[in-house]
Amino acid sequence: MSDTPKSKDPMAVSRRAMMAGSAAFGAALFAPSTLLAQDYPTAEVNVTGLAVTDTTVTVGILHSVTGTMAISETGSVQAEKLAIAQINEMGGVLGRQIEVIQEDGASDWPTFAEKARKLLVSDKVPAVMGCWTSASRKAVLPVFEQNNGFLYYPTFYEGLEQSPNVIYTGQEATQQIIAGLDWVKETKGANSFYLLGSDYIWPRTSNKIARTHIEQFLGGEVVGEDYYPLGHTQFNSVINKIRLRRPDVIYAIVVGGSNVAFYKQLKAAGINMTEEDPILLTISVTEDEILGIGGENMEGAYACMKYFQSLDNPNNIAFVEAFKEMWGEDIVIGDVTQAAYLGPWLWKAAVEKAGSFDVDKVREAQVGIELDTAPEGYVKVHENHHLWSKTRVGLAKADGQYEVVFETAELVEPNPFPEGYQ
Amino acid sequence: MFSDYSMSELGAIFAMQGFAGLILFSVFVLMALGLAIIFGQMGVINMAHGEFMILGAYVTYFTSIFFADYMPALFGTYFFVAMILAFIASGTLGLLVEWSIIRHLYKRPLDTLLATWGLSLILQQLYRTAFGAREVGVTIPSWMMGSMPVTDMIEVPINGIFVMVLAVGISMAVYIMMFRSNWGKQVRAINQNRVMAGAVGINTEWTDRLTFGIGCGVAGVAGSAFTMIGSTGPTAGQLYIVDTFLVVVFGGAGSILGTIASAFSISQAQSIMEFFLSGSMAKVLTLLVVVGILMVRPQGLFSLKLRK
Repeated sequence: MSDTPKSKDPMAVSRRAMMAGSAAFGAALFAPSTLLAQDYPTAEVNVTGLAVTDTTVTVGILHSVTGTMAISETGSVQAEKLAIAQINEMGGVLGRQIEVIQEDGASDWPTFAEKARKLLVSDKVPAVMGCWTSASRKAVLPVFEQNNGFLYYPTFYEGLEQSPNVIYTGQEATQQIIAGLDWVKETKGANSFYLLGSDYIWPRTSNKIARTHIEQFLGGEVVGEDYYPLGHTQFNSVINKIRLRRPDVIYAIVVGGSNVAFYKQLKAAGINMTEEDPILLTISVTEDEILGIGGENMEGAYACMKYFQSLDNPNNIAFVEAFKEMWGEDIVIGDVTQAAYLGPWLWKAAVEKAGSFDVDKVREAQVGIELDTAPEGYVKVHENHHLWSKTRVGLAKADGQYEVVFETAELVEPNPFPEGYQ
Repeated sequence: MFSDYSMSELGAIFAMQGFAGLILFSVFVLMALGLAIIFGQMGVINMAHGEFMILGAYVTYFTSIFFADYMPALFGTYFFVAMILAFIASGTLGLLVEWSIIRHLYKRPLDTLLATWGLSLILQQLYRTAFGAREVGVTIPSWMMGSMPVTDMIEVPINGIFVMVLAVGISMAVYIMMFRSNWGKQVRAINQNRVMAGAVGINTEWTDRLTFGIGCGVAGVAGSAFTMIGSTGPTAGQLYIVDTFLVVVFGGAGSILGTIASAFSISQAQSIMEFFLSGSMAKVLTLLVVVGILMVRPQGLFSLKLRK
């Protein structure tokens, strides 16, 4: 299926057909400030031979829609398509409708690199929204740097990276970890922590930061640290270890299918998270994952993210409504899905500030771009290509949603290379 | 590491840890029995074993929804219905697969590996298309959740006991079928000498199909039971396949008893090591020991004496 050159979103097609007849009229009526394509001649906004015509611009979406990562990446694809459809409805970017070429990374890292090369070299897209795991991002990074592509990467990740060719719309590790630990120390008086994770780079790096912060800045104690292979499904032994050490907080960064096994077994073993004995704090369970775990198994746990579907602000209410209208009433929206939604909007803002689709100019314009329409609230692009954003703590409820119990007063500065933590 | 704890605490922890090992053992037995029948008795390397399990899990999911919508009063009992339906669904799919693919490959056992691997990819994508890429959450009846306090310190998860009882029950059923029924006799005869078995009037084609179907059906029941402890998604079957083959190969292909012995030793070793070491390290050591033993004893722990 990935050989099909253009897999267009059917809704976008009909909308495009509708717009074609009355582009100028529609633009004038709905969004008076919309930029018109004739004010930005293609020869000027595209000097590097990108996929830009007088009426359209083609961007790439590169996620896994098959294979094991499809579980996680589906939400990102949906969010990006929603953002693009909304941008098109408002008149597009520099008066040009966005068309999408979607490629399937198939949960396979070399495939990601190959498809990225195809998008950049033969399709000449000015921007790609894509990747989810760090492994896939590392696989496409050299391709983007060699061909001067531009990638919007949505996932919260371990940091330790800053590429001129990537905008990281999720949180790097310190943004997600430190405020949450401070919160659990201050409001719950937690002193001892049990760190737990799946065995790969993100949980290990994150726990390293968490341990440093706990031991050196909070004066707390780490009573255990354990890693299990990806896909591990038996957690009874570690649950016994947790009982033995009696930590105040279980700090869990378990991912994928293991997640479901871990929380089900935790509940079955009689560890009652609603009584906060011990408190469970996680940075790896969004609303998406709770679908698989089951709200009744997750109830009472705390998650530290920047976005929850239940956020009560006008941007988010409109976003959730539009998302459900496009993709179905039962759908849930997790942290990464929201971050993926920001990608096309950040790109649009940068292109219009630069008055050009050319990657070098967009990159220059991107730093400092502010977005006050983001569902998570106001965000701003830092010069290190990550976003300033708030950190929030949510309490899981039985219906699978989080109730926001804490948010940082200020935006947290992204710090992908935290000194003293590595 | 033990100096901080009193003797009674330590005793409780070891009791619970032993129980954790027994649960792991039961899980391994459930995973491996279906494969032991297919791989052991027929020599078919069924890489799609995990996908047959997940079919059972999805059947459980839909049964739970059906009960919640139409018979909420009986919700507490849906799990038993679900397991029977899972056996029928996975078993039927198994019969179909045997008829359409496997029977053409009996003379080329290594090709069954490729064919069933392809089948597993096809099934994964089918599940994804039909049921969505996201994992589904199976609601477990409340009486099966939680734990039973035995003493102040020791608590035993109820679903763990359920898995253990199920593992024992299915092992007994398989044992009776293999060694006490006519079908079992025919299966073993075919395993020993296919041509001769055919010559004395055993319908080898039908016996093969039934064997494959029963093996897949048992996988379906295992998948159904695992909705209590694991995830249900299109690719969740992949989580189990490596451990399953490990148990069957280590136990000695062809021997049901070997499978059980192997499940016991691997689960206990892993469970004990997980307690003292990190989880990843425990896995590494377990695999190293298994590889070491298989180098000395390639036929596995137990092996049948066959006339080749």
